Formats: sequence, structure tokens, C-alpha cells
Amino acid sequence: MGPVLAGVLQLLALIGALALAYVPLGTYMAKVYSSDRHWRVEKWIYRGIGANPDTEMRWPAYVRGVLAFSAVGVLFLYLLQRLQGVLPGSLGFRAIDPDQAFNTAASFVTNTNWQSYYGEQAMGHVVQTAGLAVQNFVSAAVGIAVAVALVRGFAGSRTGELGNFWADLVRGVVRVLVPGALIAAVVLVACGAIQNFSGIHEVGQFMGGSQQWNGGAVASQEAIKELGTNGGGYFNANSAHPFENPTPFSNLFEIFLMLVIPFALTRTFGILVGSVRQGYAILATMGTIWVGFVALMMWTEFAHHGPALQIAGGAMEGKEVRFGVGSSSIFAVSTTLTSTGAVDSFHSSFTGLGGGITMLGMMLGEIAPGGTGSGLYGMLIMAIIAVFIAGLMVGRTPEYLGKKIGTREIKLAACYILITPALVLVLTAAAMALPTPADSMTNSGAHGFSEILYAYTSAANNNGSAFAGLNADTQWFNSTLGLAMLLGRFLPMVFVLALAGSLAEQKPIPATAGTLRTEKPLFTGLLVGAILIITGLTYFPALALGPLAEGLAA
Amino acid sequence: MNNSITNTARLLGAGLRALLVLTLVTGVIYPLVVTGIAQGLFTHKANGSEITADGKVVGSSLIGQQGYSLDYFQPRPAGGLGENSVNTQYKLILSGATNRSADNPELVKWVEEAKAKVVKENSTADYKVRPSQVPADAVTSSGSGLDPDISPAYAALQVHRVAERNGLSVAQVEKLVKDHTEGRTLGFMGEPRVNVLELNIALKELVDGS
Repeated sequence: MGPVLAGVLQLLALIGALALAYVPLGTYMAKVYSSDRHWRVEKWIYRGIGANPDTEMRWPAYVRGVLAFSAVGVLFLYLLQRLQGVLPGSLGFRAIDPDQAFNTAASFVTNTNWQSYYGEQAMGHVVQTAGLAVQNFVSAAVGIAVAVALVRGFAGSRTGELGNFWADLVRGVVRVLVPGALIAAVVLVACGAIQNFSGIHEVGQFMGGSQQWNGGAVASQEAIKELGTNGGGYFNANSAHPFENPTPFSNLFEIFLMLVIPFALTRTFGILVGSVRQGYAILATMGTIWVGFVALMMWTEFAHHGPALQIAGGAMEGKEVRFGVGSSSIFAVSTTLTSTGAVDSFHSSFTGLGGGITMLGMMLGEIAPGGTGSGLYGMLIMAIIAVFIAGLMVGRTPEYLGKKIGTREIKLAACYILITPALVLVLTAAAMALPTPADSMTNSGAHGFSEILYAYTSAANNNGSAFAGLNADTQWFNSTLGLAMLLGRFLPMVFVLALAGSLAEQKPIPATAGTLRTEKPLFTGLLVGAILIITGLTYFPALALGPLAEGLAA
Repeated sequence: MNNSITNTARLLGAGLRALLVLTLVTGVIYPLVVTGIAQGLFTHKANGSEITADGKVVGSSLIGQQGYSLDYFQPRPAGGLGENSVNTQYKLILSGATNRSADNPELVKWVEEAKAKVVKENSTADYKVRPSQVPADAVTSSGSGLDPDISPAYAALQVHRVAERNGLSVAQVEKLVKDHTEGRTLGFMGEPRVNVLELNIALKELVDGS
């Protein structure tokens, strides 16, 4: 069997596994977020928080909950890093510098997991396990909570109520993420991922002498890193490190983990709005883009254009033998079409066009299938835009899922889709215009520009992967990327929740013969088209200067 | 005004309490439970899959090593392996990739040099390696810099050199490589590979035994 066929079979196996999980997980999550019963452990947690989980919140209250919880999260994680020097279990690692600590705190709270530090030589047990990994859980749960609130906005009628943030947060962690991560972590250990607290210790070598390893709670962090579409590696090499991702099976399993919740949430959405077929239409949109991108990536990586790769005879720079080109291509596309940003191979050394595909994936807004929760709400915003465009074409007031898309709704959706491009393009332009940021580039020419474009694209879209040649541990990059992550996460959330509130106040209008059938393949086609055209128009000039220039020259 | 400050403080207090409780659940209980299960069921793997030879630990089957003499099979280049730049009190083994782009002149040079080296080192008196025979993994650095594996093609290329330098027959070494070649998982996952450390341990045993 050739590597191309093996790559295709791995893709098919992945699709099969995701299909098997789709109905049970999607249905389960619908129950989780609509049940009015509380588990005992949840009641203890609510008592600890001092919140009544049964209080219905309108959108301003929901926003305040999200922002307060996240603000505390940033501050707590910042302090944990600043105090690392005096915390026990820190392996003698010193405190993280203020600018890097800010960057990292913003990064993990926003579900970005951009890393300007080297995991194995900067972070001890306490920061990794009780700081970073905790945000892996809660930032993902916040994302799902906001998505569910938006869905309740569509499903609700004239109440303006969106549910309770604390209940959604706690249920996401307790009922979805912890059980899922627990199972996943054990599977990863069975593959060979490490899980111990041995810290820094010596291990003998074959030719004599010894190696120094940094052992820690890797598998437990790896599991939630993928399941919560976070992506921050325990080690610098992330999922390319054999202790994080030891085998070809663990590689496919990690891809499965990052995709399973975002895809299954489309079923949760369908159930909660009372039509699973609406969920299938969204699923089909996500799936079409994801499969299309994987196919393009495999094509360009197997073709391995580019001088160094041509001489080498294959696109193996930055890739591991056990994964090969096929499996690495699936990983790269999946990690950038979700908000994960974990890498099992290094995007900077992909072909010029391959690197461009990873960037384009993020620029779509990470909606195919996107991050945990953020993928669904991002896609629903695009659905509103698509409905609006269709409405303009036939001259009807657009409506979606029985709710009118009026001036207020379309303004909020438009604000949502403008934020990340504005952040990416303005900050990239600023970095290129200033004299010093370019000193951080490892590569020159078009690829050097791509390093900076990639960094802001990744930060503003909360992805976290990198063209990692860029030395991002400078005050400029730590600060501006940190701001891009915070604004790129929370401004869209505010608009989504405001939109949800506005929808929830409306009375549903019955479908008529003139209503656009949003559960049909025609709408899926319209939606795919709208997404590609809007993103293409926004980013084409920037892409032409970077990856397209590099890819077409090869 | 006062009222809104009180409300904000109350909200932040709730946020902090939520974070602390959830830190207990996900940052203390969860990793400890996973560690307990891992150490109970998969002790060897959870601690890094160490392998021993002659009663001594010689590394991990998952972590590639550098510095083998030419008597042994060579691993992939590791041009991206980091240095202890942050915590110089340690000599930690660090991971990383070169991150050089496909059109980077430096990478072109590294690949060309690596290719020439592979050709030169593996050509023996009666076996000439052609540059077109050299597989991509032999001349490129991996993502982690710690890739424990090489492709079967790269192992096959090294057989003549290893046989000659150790006084073994080519057939003996070919069999050794074949025995240590792992195919795709279930026939389709990943790529076929040869674990360099395990292969070299077996080679050493064979040489010591003969």
C-alpha cells in the first residue's frame, strides 16, 4: 500500500469514528444543557461558588458572568506564573517574566494556547497542572456555554432568557469534559504517553552518558488539550513529542478528540432548536470544508514543491516518521480548522501552499468544525450572514430558525465577522511597519512575512499554532499577541450573546412558502460559498504576499 | 455608583470561587486520578517506556538519541533540537523543529550536506549508494528532534555499512532490520518504521554473541 492510499484510509477511518460518536455525544450534550436536575457534585460546586444555578440570565448578566470568570482566570494564571519561583513543585524553575506571563495567561484563558515559552524548560508541575491544564477545561466549557446560550436564543420565545452561565460552565466541565478527558488520558497512556511526577531526572543512554528528562502529568494534559481544542503542549514540540503523541494510532486518536465535540455540537444544536435536520445542514457545511481542506493539504504535501523538499525527495522536514505525510496533513488541517493549534508536525516547514492552507483554515474563523462551542457560534453567525445575503437576492426580510434577522441582528453579526480580520491585518501591518519586530523572523522573504501574518491570525482567531521560527518572546509580540487573543475571544462573545438576547426576545414566526429552507443542501452550498467568498475577499491581499507568493514560486 | 462597584466585586468573587473549585476538580483531582490509573495499569509506559540492555537503562524506546558511532544505525538529523536557554542549571533534553521554510537557503544547504554525508558514509567497497536512493527522512529533521524512528528505506541503506564494520554478513543485518521493522498499525495507520535504539541494541547483542 502506498502512503497516499494509507492517508486516505486514515481519513476515512477518522470520518467513521466521528460518525459513530456523533449521535450519542450530540444527544448527550443536548440533555446536559437542557436538564433541570443537578448532580450532587454540581450542587457542592454551586454552593462553593455561591450561585443559584436555576436563575435565568438575560444576555447582559450572561456576558458579565463570562467576563468576570475569565478576568479572574487571567489574573490567577498570571500570578501563578509570576510566583512560580516560590511555589512548591516548580522543579526549580524561576518566575515567568511579566510580559510572557501576561501573554500566556491571556493565551490559555482565551482557549488559544499560543506558547511563547518552552514548556519543558519553563513550567513546573504546579503551573502546568493546576494552572494551564485547568484553563484547558474551563476555557473550553466557556466556549460551549456561549454557543448553547446562542442556541437558546434561537429556541427561546419572548423571554430574553439565555440560561445560567454558572450552570452551563460547571456542567460542561463536570458532565462533558472531565469524563471525556479521563477516558482519553487513559487511552493515551496505554499508547505510551507519560503520566508521572518524576520531575527532572537522569536516564542512561546507549552510547554512554545520560539524558535529562522532565517527567510530568503529560497524558492528562494532552487529553484535554485536544478534547477542549486548546493545543498548548506540555513540551515545546507539542504533539510531535513522542511522550505526548507516541504512535500512529495516538495521532489519529488526538485528531478525533479535537474534532468530536465541535462536530457533535451541531446535533446538540439541532435537538435544542427542534430540528435535527438544521443541525445536519450545519454539519454538512463544516464537513465539506474540512474534507476539502484535507484533500488539498494531502495533494500539496505529497507533491512536496519547494527547493529543499525537492532535494530531500519528500516533505518530511518537521514531520515524524511514525506519522508520515498523510497523517500529518490531516492533523495540520484539523488543528487549524478547529481552534486547537496543537501540532504533530511543524507548519513552517510545510510546502508554501500547505502553510497557506493552515492559515486560510484559521482565517475562515475556525468554524469547520471550529473550537469547542466557538465553532458552532461562529458558524451560526455565518449562517445568519448567508441568510441575509439570500434575503437581499430575493428581496425578503431574512429569517433563520423562525427568527427575523433584522437591523440589530445583522449589525451584531457584521461586528462579529469584522473583529478578527481587523485585529489580524492592523497588527500585522503595524509589526511590518515597525523597525524591530522583523528581527524575530527566522526565514526571510515571503515566508518571513508569513511568520508574522500567521502569528496574528493564530492569536486573533484563538488558534495557537505558529510558524514557529518566529521568536515571539519579545515585549512587542507578547503584548500585542496577548491583546489580539483577548479581543479576538471576548468581543465576538459579547456580540454573540447580545445577538442571542435579541433573538430570545422575539416571538418565533411560522415558516411560510417563501421561507428559505435552511435545512436543505442548497443552503449548505450557499453557506460554504458565503464563507469562502467573505474570507477570500478579506484576506486575499495578505495571503498573496505570503504563502501564495512562496507556493507559486516553488 | 457604589452599588455597581459592590455588584462587580460580588461577581468577581463568584468568579474566583468558581475558578478555585474547578481548579480543585480539574487541576488536582483529575490529574491525580489519571496518574493513579496510569501508574496502576501501565507503569512502564507512564514512566517513559524505558528500555534496558545488559541490565542498564539505555534510554526510552520513544525518544531518539544522537551520537551513535558509525558502527551502529544512524537516526534522523535533529537540527531543531533546542538548547537550555531558559534554565541553564539543567541539561534537559529539549524538543523542537528547525522551522525552516521549504525555500530557505539554509535548509537547502543542510539537506544537500546531509544527503552527501549519507551517500558517503554508507557506500562501502562493494556497495555504492546513489543519491536518488536516499529517502527524505534521512536528510530532514523531525518535528520533535527526538524522532525514535527511521524509515525502512533508510535502514536498508545502512545495512552494508553496518555489516562491514561489525564483521557480519549483509543477510544477517538485513534480517535484523526486517525483524525490527514495524508496519502500519492495522495495515493503514501511520508509516512503516524502524526503531533505531531497539535495532542498535539487537545489533550489539548479535555482535557480542558472535
